[in-house]
Amino acid sequence: MCCPVRAQQPRGGDMDVQKNCMPDRQKLTGVSRRDFIKFCGVMAVGMGLPVGMGPRIAAAATAPQRPPVIWIHGQECTGCSESLLRTSHPTLERLILDLISLDYHETLEAGAGRQAEAAFDQAVKKSAGRFILVVEGSAPVKDGGIYCKIAGKPFVDIVTETAAKAAAIIAIGSCASWGGVQSSAPNPTGATGIPEVLKGKTVVTIPGCPPNPYNFLSTVLYFLTFKKLPDLDDLGRPKFAYGRLIHENCMRRPHFDAGRFAEQFGDEGHRKGYCLYKLGCKGPMTYANCPVILFNDVGSGAWPVGTGHPCFGCTEEGVGFTIPQFTEADVEIVTPAAAHAPITVEKGRGMSKGSAALLGGLAGAAIGAGVMVTKQLGKAESADEKEE
Amino acid sequence: MRAARPLGGRVVSRTFLAALVIVLVALYFLAKRFMFGLGAVTNLNDGYPWGLWIAYDVVTGTAIGCGGYSMALLVYVFNKGRYHPLVRPAVMTSMFGYTLAGVAVFFDIGRYWHIYNLFLPWYANPDSVLLEVALCIALYSLVLWIEFAPTFLAHWHASRWRTRLDRAMFVFIALGILLPTMHQSSLGTMMIAAGQKLSPLWQTAWLPLLFLMTAVIMGYAAVVFESTLLANRYGLPGENRILGKLSGGVVWLVAGYLVVRFADVILRGQLGLAFKGDLAANMFWIENALFLLPLVMLAGKSGRGRPRVLFLAAASLLLAGGVYRFDCYLIGFNPGNGWHYFPAVPEIVITLGLISVELMAYLWFVKRLPVYREA
Amino acid sequence: MQIKRRDFLKTVAGGAALAAAPSITMASDAVRRLPGAVGILYDSTLCIGCQVCTVACKEANNMPPEFSGNQRRWDNPVDLSARTLSIIKEYESGNRHHKDHAQDGYAFVKRQCMHCVDPPCTTACPASALTKDPQNGMVTYNKDACIGCRYCEVACPFEIPKFQWDRPFPQIVKCQLCAHLLAKGRIPACCHQCPTGASLFGPVAGLLAEARRRQQMTAGKTYDFPLSSLASGKTRTHRAGKYIPHIYGEHENGGTQVLYLAGVSFDKLGLPDLPERPYTALARSIQHTLYRGLVAPIVVFGGLMVLVARRTKDKE
Repeated sequence: MCCPVRAQQPRGGDMDVQKNCMPDRQKLTGVSRRDFIKFCGVMAVGMGLPVGMGPRIAAAATAPQRPPVIWIHGQECTGCSESLLRTSHPTLERLILDLISLDYHETLEAGAGRQAEAAFDQAVKKSAGRFILVVEGSAPVKDGGIYCKIAGKPFVDIVTETAAKAAAIIAIGSCASWGGVQSSAPNPTGATGIPEVLKGKTVVTIPGCPPNPYNFLSTVLYFLTFKKLPDLDDLGRPKFAYGRLIHENCMRRPHFDAGRFAEQFGDEGHRKGYCLYKLGCKGPMTYANCPVILFNDVGSGAWPVGTGHPCFGCTEEGVGFTIPQFTEADVEIVTPAAAHAPITVEKGRGMSKGSAALLGGLAGAAIGAGVMVTKQLGKAESADEKEE
Repeated sequence: MRAARPLGGRVVSRTFLAALVIVLVALYFLAKRFMFGLGAVTNLNDGYPWGLWIAYDVVTGTAIGCGGYSMALLVYVFNKGRYHPLVRPAVMTSMFGYTLAGVAVFFDIGRYWHIYNLFLPWYANPDSVLLEVALCIALYSLVLWIEFAPTFLAHWHASRWRTRLDRAMFVFIALGILLPTMHQSSLGTMMIAAGQKLSPLWQTAWLPLLFLMTAVIMGYAAVVFESTLLANRYGLPGENRILGKLSGGVVWLVAGYLVVRFADVILRGQLGLAFKGDLAANMFWIENALFLLPLVMLAGKSGRGRPRVLFLAAASLLLAGGVYRFDCYLIGFNPGNGWHYFPAVPEIVITLGLISVELMAYLWFVKRLPVYREA
Repeated sequence: MQIKRRDFLKTVAGGAALAAAPSITMASDAVRRLPGAVGILYDSTLCIGCQVCTVACKEANNMPPEFSGNQRRWDNPVDLSARTLSIIKEYESGNRHHKDHAQDGYAFVKRQCMHCVDPPCTTACPASALTKDPQNGMVTYNKDACIGCRYCEVACPFEIPKFQWDRPFPQIVKCQLCAHLLAKGRIPACCHQCPTGASLFGPVAGLLAEARRRQQMTAGKTYDFPLSSLASGKTRTHRAGKYIPHIYGEHENGGTQVLYLAGVSFDKLGLPDLPERPYTALARSIQHTLYRGLVAPIVVFGGLMVLVARRTKDKE
């Protein structure tokens, strides 16, 4: 009665899942337990964890006490929230209904105005010290932060105050991670990334414009499962997603290594799917996992390079919205080309015009001097002979 | 016996100034070498780690500087006292040659600030030929300065020191015969390590003997060359008779050398390489022709009496020994694997700079110190 | 000029001694392999030219990429250098269709320091900057001893030591078998990463045995090949290629600790045909015969002092 699908459970399944089975909800959403556990397995693999971690993630995800999440928005386009709408494992509804308790989100909430403000204050007070703070968008700091105000309050202050009460802070998107497009020179509003606003605090950053939503979801689920954050790099990015350059995972890498490049949009190389390095692809200097997990769950090629557009480094501060599109990227990790050195190669500098001329001149001068001396010695000889 | 006197006259002549200009340009390139590394001024590379500086400045330069050695052999071992007047100028030239070779080494080695490591027993490697060469050359340079010291002391009228030095001089003269015997032969042994990279026309276990013989030959040739040149330039009466007799002996030495040289190549079965018509073959014949020519010129007694013949023969012998050394260290050395080398202009200029310094020092010394004897 | 008979005989004796010296020293002075020697067995027939060994080597030794020409995209040196301690080179012939074939084929070779049994570089170096470990036989470099004379480059028949020509304070650079990793109980990076077992680390005695085992294999049959090191326990199943019946490095230049197997003759891969006795052994024995203990020089010095003293007194 409790678990109509218990009979179909795999041997050695997680005991917590058995205890915690949610037959009614699953019936409602039409997802079987097996599918759910499978999804958790996929999530595990997406984070670089062994498949066996799947049941643990499932247990965390189905724990009755859903962790509170407060999501605030600053200078942003809401693209990051939008990208979350394009998820399927889990879907956004499943996330906010079953996995987390989304206590505040400006785009998704029903209320507005003072109602929303009250909801925000209440959510923060209720879950103080326990909630995950997600920040979408950067905080302008110029002129006291007046260029982004919510309910009359500068966003930078909202961030600082709310972060003080959060259990964990996640900055989603490039804007929140390092400032995004609005921080490009001349940065008139002083747009600043959240880690810099909250100096000294650990801030998980999920950069991207927008970031792949699964990077965010995996991080949240990791936190729920293991009660700690995944391994982060020195910019606060989870290493499972941002630990490698796009260049290291790109399916067009063999073309790069072999020197096959598209020279112009639409040319033969471009049509053949050659490497887009010469069109300014910033893959070699951008850390992200786009070629690995792609976008929108629609199959291969669903990422910029796959569609024939060079990566512009949207995750990377100093690259995205900074380096011109068609400027060739610096290759951060240089590896050998596909071709090999031949057994013998001509090398070394031989005779130049200068050295030949110089030595020729010297030889000439020496010979000339020698001839002169010889002549003089000959004359001296004849003079001696005459004397005698 | 005629006494040695400074030749007098202006030191800062046109030649002196020309040399000075070359030295200044060389100093510019030298600064580049020390600021940016050897690759900035030389064409040296991993296929040809040794080039003009080693082949000429060190190996050929010290051989030309074997005048003091050759004269010491003659005067003190073979007891030919009549050649004594030639000793002092020979020692001076040797002193310059060896000092500048040492300076050239300092410019050539990459980690020159460690050069004293060779004198530290925990670093020095007794299996290394180069260690022996380096230590011998260092010690011999010192010996040469001591051997020449009486000339300085005479100039400064320090007769008491001079007497003391004269009494101890036999030690230094003995060293001055032992040390060059050791290191000039070892300069040959050094290229044995090059193995198959050195053409079989030159690679042999007899390299030490061949280098020693050519060093002695070049020493005599240097003395004759310098004497005849100086006599011509400064109107000195010349030591023609002595030089003539000297050259007579040299003839035997050159003949002996050619016998050993060809016997070695033939007994190793490598003479065929001399007929391949490539660079190595051509240089082999040029080198040996330069030895043979003076042999012919000096064979007759009348030839030996004429300064012009002496000068040309000496020049040819110096060139021959130089070409032999260049062949062993550079031209006959082929690392394969597509490597090329030819000295770069800054590299050549630095060598010219060293020669110019030597020339300038020489001019000052002979004009201000009692080196040569007059009429 | 007149030559006194005594003096003439003296000269001849000296010359004869010098000439006889090499033949006197031909006696066996061969250096033996160390019992604990470690090295690498490189099997060209297993190598697929992936160059992960190059990448691993650069990473393990903090070497920068080396660019050929004006491009800055790939690390593609044409030879070993001061930035490249290990390189894969390719032999090509004709249409390059068949692996490990001399005609119309291609083959790979990994070049690095051979860690010779009697290294010419350690004999040549005047300052003991290159030394051979008395236990495992690795040839390592000490920049604090080095004077930068580059005699090691002249002496090495494999042209391995490279120099930093573009630096004002240069060093000699060469593979040191990842001595810093071996000290921590790990293996050279190239062997660790090689996916096919083409680069295999282990004690040289074991590597020689493995090489001989491969020489007995039937071409085309499937065998197990060890991966990374003889001690790793990992293997890869692969069809054996046709081997040249020779283990390069067993005797060449007195033997080396890096051994080669290949399907094409070694000269095609750029490995020189060398005699069993290193040339530096000859130079060393000449030096020993003439100067050992400085006995001969001191005796001659004494004799010369007596002679010269007598001459100078005669003149006075």
